[in-house]
Amino acid sequence: MLQLEKIKEENKDILRLIGEVDASNSVLLDQSMQEILEQGTTFLLIDGSQLSYISSAGLGVFMSYLDDFSERGIRFAIFGLNEQVSEVFKILGLDRLIQIAPDKSTAIKLAHES
Amino acid sequence: MSPKLKLSCCTSALVELRSFLQRSLEAYGFSEVDRHQVTLAVEEVCTNLIIHSHASNPKEVIYLEVKELKEKLAIEITDKGDAFNLLEYEVPDLKKVIEEKRKGGIGIYLVKKIMDEIEFESKNGENTCRLIKNFPSSKKPK
Repeated sequence: MLQLEKIKEENKDILRLIGEVDASNSVLLDQSMQEILEQGTTFLLIDGSQLSYISSAGLGVFMSYLDDFSERGIRFAIFGLNEQVSEVFKILGLDRLIQIAPDKSTAIKLAHES
Repeated sequence: MSPKLKLSCCTSALVELRSFLQRSLEAYGFSEVDRHQVTLAVEEVCTNLIIHSHASNPKEVIYLEVKELKEKLAIEITDKGDAFNLLEYEVPDLKKVIEEKRKGGIGIYLVKKIMDEIEFESKNGENTCRLIKNFPSSKKPK
């Protein structure tokens, strides 16, 4: 089960992932990312504090947007990942390509610096 | 008795696969991170089979068996689809995946990083992929 919540906070968009992302529902994550992008976001944060699982299908969605983000100067960071999920990002080396922070305020700071 | 599961070839069955693995892996002293990763590796192989070898046809099935071997655990995945030998699969370069905006292709990379050994055999139209993880006590210090 995956639930997605879109939150608007000042100039930032926050996408909250609740549950598990796998090949059966990664398309929903893709759609939400696409919508936020089309609405002209300049600052996107992923709240992963309630994300209990993500497979390569979900990781691939994030990866497919990285070039767009840097081309359009969109600030992007992920925060709140639990230890297990965060390890998966590290196996792929995504922690070197995406700003990953323990909490929201650190994520905002990191995204500003990038 | 080794835990077994018959999995229908549709991605909505993956949630059932995860709960089966979480239950089956509990007994062997793996850390929570290891259990999570082994579950992920098995799911990546099954997802590949479901989508690429069985065209997400829920009438077709994959069989799983968790086998305790000496100092290691083997998860055996058997199916009758087109053989997909992940040992022959060339892991893509991460940068290329990002450039080409591909949304797949990194699952097998995860499997190879997570598991200690991978075996594959295809015999009489039946394919068996064996994913092996050493028990924590037999882990070599890094």
